[in-house]
Amino acid sequence: MLRFFLSRLALLIPTFIGVSIVAFSFIRLLPGDPIMLLAGERGMSEERYQQLQALYGFDQPLFVQYFNYMTDLLQGDFGTSIVTKRPLLQEFLTLFPATIELSLCAIIVAVAIGVPLGVIAAVRRGSWLDQTVMGAALVGYSMPIFWWGLLLIIFFSGILGWTPVSGRISLLYFFPPVTGFMLIDSLLSGQAGAFKSALSHLILPTIVLATIPLAVIARQTRSAMLEVLGEDYVRTARSKGLPPRRVIGLHALRNALIPVVTTIGLQVGVLLAGAILTETIFSWPGIGKWMVDSVFKRDYAVVQGGLLLIAAIIMIVNLIVDVLYGLINPRIRH
Amino acid sequence: MKSKLTFAAALLAATVLSGAAGAKTLVYCSEGSPEGFDPALYTAGTTFDASSKPVYNRLVQFEPGTTKTVPGLAESWEISDDGLEVTFKLRQGVKFHTTDFFTPSRDFNADDVLFSFNRQLQEDHPYHAYVEGASWEYFNGMSMPDLVKSIEKVDDYTVKFVLNRPEAPFIANLAMDFASIFSKEYADKLAESGNLSDLNQKPVGTGPFQFVAYQPDAVIRYKAHPDYWNGKQPIDDLVFAITTEASVRQQKLIAGECHITPYPNPADIESLKANDALKVDEQEGLNVGYLAYNTQQAPFDNAKVRKALNMAINKEAILDAVFQGAGQAAKNPIPPTMWSYNDAVEDDAYDPEAAKKMLEEEGVSDLSMKVWAMPVQRPYNPNARRMAELIQEDFSKVGVDVEIVSVEWTEYLDVTGNVDRDGAVLLGWTGDNGDPDNFLAVLLGCDGVGGANRAQWCNDEFEALIQKAKTLSSQEERAKLYEEAQLVFKREAPWATIAHSVVHMPMRKEVTGYKMDPLGGHAFEGVHIAE
Repeated sequence: MLRFFLSRLALLIPTFIGVSIVAFSFIRLLPGDPIMLLAGERGMSEERYQQLQALYGFDQPLFVQYFNYMTDLLQGDFGTSIVTKRPLLQEFLTLFPATIELSLCAIIVAVAIGVPLGVIAAVRRGSWLDQTVMGAALVGYSMPIFWWGLLLIIFFSGILGWTPVSGRISLLYFFPPVTGFMLIDSLLSGQAGAFKSALSHLILPTIVLATIPLAVIARQTRSAMLEVLGEDYVRTARSKGLPPRRVIGLHALRNALIPVVTTIGLQVGVLLAGAILTETIFSWPGIGKWMVDSVFKRDYAVVQGGLLLIAAIIMIVNLIVDVLYGLINPRIRH
Repeated sequence: MKSKLTFAAALLAATVLSGAAGAKTLVYCSEGSPEGFDPALYTAGTTFDASSKPVYNRLVQFEPGTTKTVPGLAESWEISDDGLEVTFKLRQGVKFHTTDFFTPSRDFNADDVLFSFNRQLQEDHPYHAYVEGASWEYFNGMSMPDLVKSIEKVDDYTVKFVLNRPEAPFIANLAMDFASIFSKEYADKLAESGNLSDLNQKPVGTGPFQFVAYQPDAVIRYKAHPDYWNGKQPIDDLVFAITTEASVRQQKLIAGECHITPYPNPADIESLKANDALKVDEQEGLNVGYLAYNTQQAPFDNAKVRKALNMAINKEAILDAVFQGAGQAAKNPIPPTMWSYNDAVEDDAYDPEAAKKMLEEEGVSDLSMKVWAMPVQRPYNPNARRMAELIQEDFSKVGVDVEIVSVEWTEYLDVTGNVDRDGAVLLGWTGDNGDPDNFLAVLLGCDGVGGANRAQWCNDEFEALIQKAKTLSSQEERAKLYEEAQLVFKREAPWATIAHSVVHMPMRKEVTGYKMDPLGGHAFEGVHIAE
């Protein structure tokens, strides 16, 4: 087991270097120059341009810049944003919990609704229920997120007035962040109504972000269930006279869940992509919006550092999942 | 459950806007996050709205709602006869903010002025590079390092700026955001504890509002400065709710989650105006959108050809299609709200027939040219691609074939400035300090050729007028020269002047006293919420 773990860990090093090269070169391949962007319509003299190039170290050859960047990185220095002049890690750590909080809520909603829907659709295969669920899943899967978010805001916040339009908590509540997770911080603050406010602010963005994963999970659960329901052991369980609920819930679902869990794992990437739009619509202060803004401003430091941090987190999550698989299924270890 | 939720949301909206415990809170749904809180480090208006406008003052300030300079932290100033020395008498008894993180022990004085400028001017100043990549862009952009020879403290309440050359717009420059006055005592205290960068994150100033807290990308909180030299504000708290999406800002305004918000979608303005709870203020922006010919290349080196092309452009169609009514036709290179605007200038009438004839007379036939279209939206040009297409159509009617070119924005800025660039460029400008020199010299002066002067136009008569105007201190005399310069400009037609945009500011009806800033900023000094 230890060998398995170490070999997986060793694989991370070349992957990380690969990602760092991609992250470093990707933003530089895009046309656009952060210094000219700074100057805008006014422009600047050639002399001043050279001066600023030197200030940011852009006058060095690319591989020297990369080497310097990696040297700093190994010492824990992720660099400084060209735009805000603030240390990048500090910005990331302030914004990251908001993205995590929203993504967790979305995945919980997607699983809690998607799996039962998929099971029902499979059990009632061909029925109007199955058709409705799968039709809805197809619509959900193809939903243009931006349009969907605005539609929900206009309907539920604008017309009905049920939910707040945007933000993480009502402006009435003001307390210093402790964990960065608003649901937890609002409880810790002890202010009456703060938790409820934070929760009501989460409803619409969670629905919007959960839409696509929910559809994917429901479809995957349905097809996995259909496959399992035809297996011999399910037929045996049925012929033993077990009640249908037990057959489906215990025997079939447990086996059907293996590919579903893999699918849920793959939704992490989808969530991050969806978070970019969801965060923009709901003024949610997370890293998705932060990264997009940085690409537009050609903030090299933020784009490359942000990409690396996100990649590192996904790699670590994958490592944990791999190890867990190894624990569950001995065949994978070898 | 439904009714409970509705009630809770309604209660929430009501309490947010009335504010807790009787405190009056103004909520501004701003369009983006500030880059930081030291306005001299940055160039974005969003940053100035959150830093220099609420937290700081300047020696000289713009009178709210105008571009007229009035005393700020300086009570008065004198300019020496040769124009090389400007002496400021400082206001006494001005208090800095007392916050959780700083308690001032003294009032504002000359040391604060010296600190605020010397950190930008002197490369060996401990605060010159206090954050990584500090480049003092506006200070440099306004040529302050070349202009200012030294800054001297005459006594605690007198400061003298010694200049390298007389420059009339200098006073207006000092009203700009980068010239905000910082507390030297606070900076010294931060230096002692090694937290220099806090100067950019936890600001302390003398302005109408003091900084309370900033949650990145979400909320900025301020409260009224109790000892503000110009009187305590009628509201108690000021909150910026950062909301980048225009349609979401509009929903928040309607739902009562904010009182006032900038930059509405042009298409939504009519429905906002129709809403009983809202009102929409509007003002002409201090900007100009133009099409600049390359006057160093044939046939655009011929003023008559340029004039003929100008007559072929249907500006009204552009205002309708591109500005959706939120603009006015431009005839001068400076906007009508600016002093010295010459209203006697007559615009080239839209007359394709006459234009065609003029081109024939100049021997121009089968002309094909490039029109460069910016890839970004700007207030002075919300859709350059569409504008270029309309111009293409207009020019085809006078027999001129247009190829539309568009490249990435920074490349666009770079390439279009080159002397050998071909064709005509769509671009524009938003004023920095309300001084005509900031338009005429920057965009049309001989120094700008090969750079910001996209027409590559260097006209002796025009240049002599604007250079002379720069050295005079009487605004009346300067205005006369600029008015004359605008006549030369119109005669020579280096640009087709296209439009000045109109800026809209929707707000709830209970907001009173808000003055729109022609320079494009958003300041809440003097704003009141009616009961």
